[in-house]
Amino acid sequence: MAKKELNVLLKATKICKSFGNFVANENIDISIAKGQIHALLGENGAGKSTLVKIFYGVLQPDSGSIEINNQKISITSPNVARKNGIGMVFQHFSLFPALTVAENILIALDKKFKFSEVVNEIKKLSKNWELFVDPFKLVSELSVGEKQRVEIIRCLMQNPNLLIMDEPTSVLTPQEIKNLFKILKKLASSGCSILYISHKLEEIIELADKVTILKSGKSIATIDAKKTTTNFLAETMVGKKITELKKTIKTKTKNIAFEIKNLDKEKNHEFGISLTNINLQVNYGEILGIAGIAGNGQVELMEILSGEVNCADNDQILLDELPIGKTNINERRKLGIETIPEERTFHATVPNFTLSENTFLTYFFKYNNTKSWIINLLNNPRNSLDESKKIIKNNDVRCPETDPLASQLSGGNLQKFILGRSLANNPKVAIFSQPTWGVDIGAATAIRQKLLDLSQSGKAVILISQDLEEIFELSDKICVINQGVLSKIFNVREITATDVGLLMGGKSKEKQKMESIK
Amino acid sequence: MITFIPRDKVSKNWLIIAPILSIVFTIFFGLLIFTFLGYNPVETLYQIFVSPFSRIDRISDILVKACPLIIIGTGLMLCFKSNVWNIGAEGQFIMGALLAGFIALSFPNIETKFFLLITIIAGFVGGALWAFIPAILKTKLNVNEILVSLMLVYVAMLFIDFIVRGPLRDPMSFGFPLSKPYPEGALINKIPFPGIGFLGQLHYGIFFVFLLIPLSWIFVNKTLSGFKINVLGSAPQAAKFAGFKQDSITITVLLLSGGLAGVAGVIEVSANIGQLQPEVSFGYGFTAIIVAFLGRLNPVGILFAGIIIATVKLGADNAQMTMGIPKVVTGLFEGILLFFLLTGETLQKYKVKWSKGKK
Repeated sequence: MAKKELNVLLKATKICKSFGNFVANENIDISIAKGQIHALLGENGAGKSTLVKIFYGVLQPDSGSIEINNQKISITSPNVARKNGIGMVFQHFSLFPALTVAENILIALDKKFKFSEVVNEIKKLSKNWELFVDPFKLVSELSVGEKQRVEIIRCLMQNPNLLIMDEPTSVLTPQEIKNLFKILKKLASSGCSILYISHKLEEIIELADKVTILKSGKSIATIDAKKTTTNFLAETMVGKKITELKKTIKTKTKNIAFEIKNLDKEKNHEFGISLTNINLQVNYGEILGIAGIAGNGQVELMEILSGEVNCADNDQILLDELPIGKTNINERRKLGIETIPEERTFHATVPNFTLSENTFLTYFFKYNNTKSWIINLLNNPRNSLDESKKIIKNNDVRCPETDPLASQLSGGNLQKFILGRSLANNPKVAIFSQPTWGVDIGAATAIRQKLLDLSQSGKAVILISQDLEEIFELSDKICVINQGVLSKIFNVREITATDVGLLMGGKSKEKQKMESIK
Repeated sequence: MITFIPRDKVSKNWLIIAPILSIVFTIFFGLLIFTFLGYNPVETLYQIFVSPFSRIDRISDILVKACPLIIIGTGLMLCFKSNVWNIGAEGQFIMGALLAGFIALSFPNIETKFFLLITIIAGFVGGALWAFIPAILKTKLNVNEILVSLMLVYVAMLFIDFIVRGPLRDPMSFGFPLSKPYPEGALINKIPFPGIGFLGQLHYGIFFVFLLIPLSWIFVNKTLSGFKINVLGSAPQAAKFAGFKQDSITITVLLLSGGLAGVAGVIEVSANIGQLQPEVSFGYGFTAIIVAFLGRLNPVGILFAGIIIATVKLGADNAQMTMGIPKVVTGLFEGILLFFLLTGETLQKYKVKWSKGKK
């Protein structure tokens, strides 16, 4: 026993942390061994981020103790954490785009260094750990994977004993993920422990030695990651059996439902992405998946698809061969096109409005058929109460009260409501952007099933998603968006995840250009 | 470091206790400051808080003073609710009064009171036109409406000054910068009460307020346009998603708030002054910003906020006149009152947490 304790780097006992009435962490025990990759698994809101922020000194626990190398310490700030050999790579990078790699690393160091020393150190570290970056390149010119490497180098400059990585793979291509895993394994074998946070099960089994599962702020199990299965992990994490998606044989048609032809759209602000020569078709009874790393033009494409932004030319979008490029979002709703944007709050819904008011948000035009301006003027959200109750009931939206505020619902329930609200209009074409992003597994399964059901009932579905598993699970056809350019559309059986990964990284751009010229 | 954490529930008791506590704190600090400055503290507080209520005609003066504040505040509410920052109501007030005055002085012999309707519409148009300038610049060229509306206040001030010294100056005014008096048809009369006569300056303009409050409440809470305004203010992206046209909402609220400020200008001049002069407003357009927020951007709240602010302003005047307390001191006291009222409101919604975290 005593021998084992020697091997423990960080030991936390009975960590509690609450925000108001919300308990984020409740009596969490965890111990991380030296040189091990320890995964922290849990759904969104399970308390993973809170726990690691406590370890990194960003948050202070309400109670509980932390020992490092058997010595009790209180980590009052990230400074203290770094002094004790803890480094952290956040999900969202904190780099200055206008500075070079070396400059970014220099300003973040606690100790004073000469610039040349920093450059040398970066070169040494990138060679030792295969973290290839050019220290003189501007950060704004780096890819996401490279930026992450800069963050890791920045941590390694402090010679950490423990490296915390918060959902590092959510923005990477499969190739970049593979590379990252290689680096992490190498780091671990050299004695640096890694605390790896994720909700992706396969990753954890591939990478981690141990895994601690969090659920609703409690740690419910710590198991050997090498001796478990994804199914077991998923069930433990969710606390119930996962229902498999039901796929029936589809009645595929060759009837084109929705089509975009030769669409170009200049970016409308500095950080936007210009869309170049977009062409896509989707048939009735089919799901078209559009894969891609966030920030490659999905937002801009979605604005065009929904009608929030209009095309230059009416013929650039066709619905049943009817040109609709210049119609607005409500005209498209009336024509049977429903879009669900990526942002659930502030875009698809107004958080401080009730569900009936939020139903009214996309439903009000149904009352505006009358010519009487008095009726139009007095058209108000109360008219939507029955409709919203129906949506809640039909879609198993769990509400704390009869007509709650949108902000009172969990992410999954809110998404079910948003989906139900769109489906209540009985669309011919449904367009979804990241429909299961940040949603718990139970709700995600229900939402995916809804998408499948839609296509099986003969509707056309477009699914924009960063989640490759989701794309492959649901889609009949797949294309990839990279830097505002849409790849050719592939049949799901003609393409592998690796191919999609390459396209996501923009690797075969030349090849694509050749094809589009043909 | 101080952090504000939202409370889960706003306690009903505190809704009543908080404003009372705010007043108690204000009185306490008022006593301290007045004592410190060598004024009789009890007497001063009496002048500020009690004397405006001491006679019935004084109470009616509160209503008269609150009238323009409430009308302008209601218009500003529409802007602030949709995140449009019109802070130039003072200028719109002046331009409304000026256009209405021009119309009124063009018909020097008119007697029928129906003419008032025309001058009020002219006031609305004048204020709305002045607000249309920031509206069109914001929607077409993305120019910040705060700067434009504010700077136009000074343009309006100088413009009315020029008009009453030049084109519209009464030749009989012995060189004073005054227009001719308004014709009978353009004046708003005081309300006669049977057996009592007039109550201070209380005039028929007050009925406009009684009409405006319920109408604006219905507009904000029960109409599609009100819904659009609320969506735009809470989540502009969601307004796009609902297909609401942001620009037309922005223009509408600016025109409405400018128009209402203009109407307030007409009522103020027609009821209390009776002719144009270089200064027709006494900072009503700026004070109304405070009224709109103190009333929590709610028509009923704005009614009460207008009355509170008007009371303190009148009380401060009383204290100046009877005790010779300088304006800066009463201004300081007004500041203390606002500070505690807004603090009380904030603390109802948020818990304060002190932490020793270094930053």
